[in-house]
Amino acid sequence: MSYLEGYDIVIGLEIHAELNTQTKVFCSCKNEFGAAPNSNTCPVCTGMPGALPILNRHAVELAIKAGLSFGCEISHYSVFERKNYFYPDLSKAYQISQLVYPLCVGGAVSLSSGKKIRLNRIHLEEDAGKLTHISKAVGTLVDYNRGGTPLIEMVTEPDFSSADEAVEFLKKVRECLVFEDIAKCHMEEGGMRCDVNLSLKPKGSSEFGIRTEMKNLNSFKSVQRAIEYEAKRQAEVLSTGEKIVQETRKWNDDKGKSTSMRSKEQAQDYRYFPDPDILPLNITDEDIERIRKEMVMLPSQRREIYQDKFGLPEYDSQILTSSKYISDYFEECVSYVDLPKKISNWIMVDLLKLVKEQEDFVFPISAQHLSQIIKMVEEKLINKNLGLQLLDKTIECGKDPLALAKEMGFLVSIGDEEIIVLLEKLKSENAKVRDDYALDPAKVEGYIVGYVMKNTGGKANAGKVKSLISKVFDK
Amino acid sequence: MHLEKLSLIEIRDLIAGKKVSSEEAVKFFIRQCEDKADLKAVVEIFYDAVERAKEIDKKIKLGQKVGVLAGVPIAIKDNILYKGKKAGCASKFMQDFIAPYSSTVVEKLLAEDAVIIGRTNMDEFAMGGSCENSCYGTCHNAIDKDYVAGGSSGGSAVAVAAGLVPCAIGTDTGGSIRQPASFNGVVGIKSTYGRVSRYGIVAFASSLDQACPIAKTIEDCDLVLSVIEGKDIHDGTTIDGRMQEDVKPQEIEKSCKMKLGICRQVIEKLKENDAAKEGYEKFSKALEKIKDKFEIVEVDIPHIASSLACYYIIAPAEAASNLARFDGVKYTKRAEGAKDLESVYVQSRSEGFGKEVKRRITLGNFVLSSGYFDAYYNKAKKVQRLIKKEFEEAFQSCDCLLLPTTLGTAFKLGGKLEDPVSMYMEDLFTVPANLAGIPAISIPYATAENGLPLGMQFMAKQRGEKLIIKAAKIFRDEIGGLL
Repeated sequence: MSYLEGYDIVIGLEIHAELNTQTKVFCSCKNEFGAAPNSNTCPVCTGMPGALPILNRHAVELAIKAGLSFGCEISHYSVFERKNYFYPDLSKAYQISQLVYPLCVGGAVSLSSGKKIRLNRIHLEEDAGKLTHISKAVGTLVDYNRGGTPLIEMVTEPDFSSADEAVEFLKKVRECLVFEDIAKCHMEEGGMRCDVNLSLKPKGSSEFGIRTEMKNLNSFKSVQRAIEYEAKRQAEVLSTGEKIVQETRKWNDDKGKSTSMRSKEQAQDYRYFPDPDILPLNITDEDIERIRKEMVMLPSQRREIYQDKFGLPEYDSQILTSSKYISDYFEECVSYVDLPKKISNWIMVDLLKLVKEQEDFVFPISAQHLSQIIKMVEEKLINKNLGLQLLDKTIECGKDPLALAKEMGFLVSIGDEEIIVLLEKLKSENAKVRDDYALDPAKVEGYIVGYVMKNTGGKANAGKVKSLISKVFDK
Repeated sequence: MHLEKLSLIEIRDLIAGKKVSSEEAVKFFIRQCEDKADLKAVVEIFYDAVERAKEIDKKIKLGQKVGVLAGVPIAIKDNILYKGKKAGCASKFMQDFIAPYSSTVVEKLLAEDAVIIGRTNMDEFAMGGSCENSCYGTCHNAIDKDYVAGGSSGGSAVAVAAGLVPCAIGTDTGGSIRQPASFNGVVGIKSTYGRVSRYGIVAFASSLDQACPIAKTIEDCDLVLSVIEGKDIHDGTTIDGRMQEDVKPQEIEKSCKMKLGICRQVIEKLKENDAAKEGYEKFSKALEKIKDKFEIVEVDIPHIASSLACYYIIAPAEAASNLARFDGVKYTKRAEGAKDLESVYVQSRSEGFGKEVKRRITLGNFVLSSGYFDAYYNKAKKVQRLIKKEFEEAFQSCDCLLLPTTLGTAFKLGGKLEDPVSMYMEDLFTVPANLAGIPAISIPYATAENGLPLGMQFMAKQRGEKLIIKAAKIFRDEIGGLL
């Protein structure tokens, strides 16, 4: 990228993620997406005179969980502050946020290159409502459903030097938040948004350049493109000898470019001060330990176990840990039948195709039932082909697979006599098998079993067949 | 029958004893409100209260269990939300606002079968000490109409003093209950911060506001406060426990003499201030009268005089933020002719808010603004912590502090309107209790040359309501009753 030659890109991110709580952060209204406008509202989240916020402890716990996931220090003393500004989507004309005493401080996320991205802080705050501009005649409508939704804001240090790093980081963060049930991170619904702070500096220089900020990017792709666009724009400005203007810019994803929103001079003075309606939070070591114990193992830790202990290839472990649900499902199967690779194959090949493209999916068969089917196949009670049929049937009627297999006649075992008849038929008809057997019985065992299976529609017990071979062939 | 002379408890007992029906009592006080409308103490009468009174009468007649305030008429300040009724905060901006829900205070009063008969006048958004900053017009002093009612809960104090209602709820952020109570010769109490829920009360300064009763007797205030107090799930700053449980029996046992603290710095202020000359004389005389009943000790609260400066930084800062929601977009009147978002804000707020409110919003935003925050707001909070600590230390050596409620009596209408600082001085002896979060009560104890009453104030440590109530009763009995 020639235009950037001679410059280092310096990027810091601010990420907002909506917490996965039942209710809003300061009232008991439902926290859900897509309800009828203003149906999830009350005096508190519409900022009625006299209404007061009551802190949702679950939101605090989720924010602490996020902090623990990224190695932050959890503050024992934390304060909510008012960020004062006027806008119609902000019912109280102030946002309850945190400034001086955030819930979580420090922390870091490692990229695949080994580079560490340091976090400055994670704090808890409330989201604003939503404005819909109808027309000049009708005006603008306000929907306060989203107002008061709990958000965490994660602020990184300016440690990124490329769009790729920023996107990798965001994917890691998203994976972790989703995995821990901290946030759903549905980006298309605004459940996770990102602000990008970017500046350029001469290669090797330790002094930062003047930065710009791009707000509310809500897809990995737009983060990537916005960063690339802004780095190029700044490089071009600098190459003409001009200075970068410190400003907030708005990214237009359709046009693929950003435009200036407001300069530093127009920046608001938010007049932060501690919210007198909410007492400072005191968080004890016991609280933190209790929350830590509730946490599940992270995807990276699980992948390590899958590869080292279960001997799975990296590819398998990646797919199995792509969500907490799949990972938990897989681990439950392993607890029933200790065949990790087989289970992995069934999940990746046979189950995932059934739920393709779905967001919060659930497999149509329980882990217990799937394990039973895998077990039957592995013990050669049925062959794989019947196993797949059994899978379909189990999904269809939800009954116990073993019972179903019996019902469907898959398990009608072939008697010894019938096997012996078949073996004798083979021996008399096939001289090559006879001769090969005489030389090395082990060499033709597979072939003989296959023959019997073929002629019994897979219903013979392979072990039984093996034990009967010598009886016939050694005669 | 002169119900207007009776205390709330006396009226309650008459109703309970079926000597008077709640309907009769409510109708009587509604008539009083109508007859004395020129005082501008009650800004709206809730005529449907009569229906509620009838229901309570029916309950009493049938011998059903009723609440401790059964059938008693009560009025509420115009900043307290009562579902379906207007709550205008005496502001042009808010005067058509109808409460969509009820405050916890109202819920608790109704749960004890009180009958709320109207809302009382106040200074706009509770900012002021004279009840002259009101969109409904100036409220007059109950004893002499040429004098101010005091404020901001002037309407509540005048309504009680003039016999329009036996009890009215006010709010006290820096003295807004005690000062008008003192000016009109009635009893006003302010509880420990967090004792009474603020839910549904239009916030002025959230860290200082408390809603409490104004009544004719100490006992009435005690009873009504015991009804509205308590932890509230809707207000995270409310405290656990109740007044009765918060003071150990031995602390209020009759046998021991209570220790009253006289603050040296208060005495200095009284001596140096010309306006307090008469007040100081009366105060000293009263002290002489009660010296056998109490042990009097001198205490120091070195920074008590800085209270006012702190208060006029912290309260406006919180108010500026609390009042930002009145923006012409939602429940407040939108300026006609506003063309865009900015003009909706600017024009609506410019037209809607009165002068004193604008002054405090401006002050509040200034002290919070970048570059001034540490010098003003943070410093004020530090001094507040210091004052709190000094009070705690003072209460190590006394049960209650004794001090006048105000420097002098009510002043003439219009007398201080153009001199805000002199108006702010009215809060000198009341503000410290709000900053320290401690309970305080004002009772009338003397009459000045101009015929207007003077109030005596008792303060105690946090949660010590029962201490000030006990001391005030002993004091009252010793000086021969309230006025």
